[in-house]
Amino acid sequence: MIVANKKPIEEIIEMVKGYRKILIAGCNECVTVCEAGGKKEVGVLASSMRMFFMNEGLKTEIDEITLERQCDHEYLEELRNSIDQYEAVVSLACGVGVQFMAEKYFATHVYPGVNTCFMGVTEERGVWSERCQGCGKCILDRTAGICPISRCAKRLLNGPCGGSTKGKCEISKDLDCAWQLIIDRLKELGRLDEYEEIAPIKDWSTERAGGPRKVVREDVRQ
Amino acid sequence: MRLRYPDTIRIIRVPCTGKVDLLHILRAFERGADGVYVVGCMEGDCRFDRGNLRARKRVEQAKAILDKVGVGGERVKMFNLSSGEGPRFAEYAVEMTKKITEMGPNPIKEAMGKAA
Amino acid sequence: MSVKTPSRLEKVLDSGQLAVTSECGPPRGSDPEAITRKAEMIKEHVDAINITDNQTSVTRLSSLASCIHLKLMGLEPILQMVVRDRNRIALQSDILGAASFDIHNILCLSGDHQTFGDSPQGQNVFDLDSMQLIQTVRLMRDEGKFLGGDPIKRPPAMFVGAAANPFADPFEIRVPRLAKKIAAGVEFIQTQCIYNLDKFELWMKQARDRGLHEKVYILAGVTPFKSAGMAKYMKNRVPGMDVPDEVVKRMAGVPKEKQAQEGINICVETIQRLKELEGVSGFHIMAIEWEEKVPEIVERSGLYPRPKDL
Repeated sequence: MIVANKKPIEEIIEMVKGYRKILIAGCNECVTVCEAGGKKEVGVLASSMRMFFMNEGLKTEIDEITLERQCDHEYLEELRNSIDQYEAVVSLACGVGVQFMAEKYFATHVYPGVNTCFMGVTEERGVWSERCQGCGKCILDRTAGICPISRCAKRLLNGPCGGSTKGKCEISKDLDCAWQLIIDRLKELGRLDEYEEIAPIKDWSTERAGGPRKVVREDVRQ
Repeated sequence: MRLRYPDTIRIIRVPCTGKVDLLHILRAFERGADGVYVVGCMEGDCRFDRGNLRARKRVEQAKAILDKVGVGGERVKMFNLSSGEGPRFAEYAVEMTKKITEMGPNPIKEAMGKAA
Repeated sequence: MSVKTPSRLEKVLDSGQLAVTSECGPPRGSDPEAITRKAEMIKEHVDAINITDNQTSVTRLSSLASCIHLKLMGLEPILQMVVRDRNRIALQSDILGAASFDIHNILCLSGDHQTFGDSPQGQNVFDLDSMQLIQTVRLMRDEGKFLGGDPIKRPPAMFVGAAANPFADPFEIRVPRLAKKIAAGVEFIQTQCIYNLDKFELWMKQARDRGLHEKVYILAGVTPFKSAGMAKYMKNRVPGMDVPDEVVKRMAGVPKEKQAQEGINICVETIQRLKELEGVSGFHIMAIEWEEKVPEIVERSGLYPRPKDL
């Protein structure tokens, strides 16, 4: 899923304090799972903001809604008839949802309510970590199912570097060395000999470096 | 045992403090409560294992938010006691009432009064 | 192995003599004397001088410019190049730039992560890794081609080196990793500072068992401790460093004013022991901000005078 983190309330208030009618829009997908922008967080933010504005003596209306997804036309369309009554929308969806909202409702002020962080997993409740950077050309077949692009601080395709110490990365003792994980797993799979194959220079054109990306599938396109 | 405690307190019963949500606490303040305190079982004695620990975390979250929105984090507090400690329940009630009286009313009420 | 480049370092190694290299860290400013003064101190006692490339991710005068200063003094620089700060365009461009000044040695490195330095909020690049940089220099030199396939007019003539850390984890792939660098085309290796000699000898034995010492020149890295404090710091704080307790104890066991001398003694003893080790082709003496001690270390280790007229 896409992992996001809550923005500090004061930062959000600073963005929208000039508006008197605000919609807070959550998303039922990834940000709900990572507890940053689901129905619950919408409620907490709305309540906090109401208190802030009341305390400032500013009569402000704050409505709440949580859409199934903000990255699909279908669900964003649900706002079509009500959007114009709001001076601003705070979207608690990931950066994708915020943008799609802004794109669709061109004349509405849309503000981000979360910091979108990465594609990752829930290690345990309250702990999420990165697993994929969407490089567009998966190499997990050659790295025992562990991605050095997202999990090695230097994105080394032929690691580990000389900083790998007791299974940890040189930049933090809290971070596993991805190449230690790869080697452990290659060994477990009886494929350690593959370690000596040199990974070729990567074509980064399918990654961010190649510019904004697009997938077009004629087989499913209508 | 008929213990006296301040009559300004409205008790809301929940099966376990683990049932108390962050939103319950915030909404209470939004609607004008001057203070909220949560009384749970002793830590380590929760029938549902971690209910009172969850409640403590939520009280902490509420505290942080109330500070940020200008209501004041000190208006919310978590207490723990065991079921046989009736006198303590009353003591906590007195302590909290004293604290809130010192702090004065929830500033929201005053501000909205002026605005209206 | 036969000589493939005009590198003086390569000639010394090819002659079968133990080579000696050292390094100079460029200054955090633009005064060229900071480089030339260090080089003056060591030039009679080494065959070639490494110039570090923004080591520990602290911004400094560039490695390439510093190498040019050495070259203008008639000395033999080893251009250290990390893949942290440059993409493949900049790497190849700087290689050509160095070659245009007839800099004949390059050391291909990943580079410390930028979180260690003065710009922890900066981007990093890592377009290639150190293994792939080795391949790139060899491609440019041997086939006269850019990575994109176009021909290079006057290809770079560089003797290609890399680092090896026998002490990083996991130990079991340290020799396979050396083999991998050799397969990528590396011609000489400078190792991480050696304090745990037993472990280094084990690593070298494993390398010899695979015949790797015959495919690459291995220069054993040494760094003299200035104090017991430095020994402790290196042991506890520097990633991938292996300083055994007895070495720290030995440093701490002498009075403060004699610790620097003890550090030099340990360094000299290390070189003397490793001189006899099959597979060691020379030494890389990294006297960090202590270049003036290099001549003493080289002389006491019996590595002086350096060969002339190769």
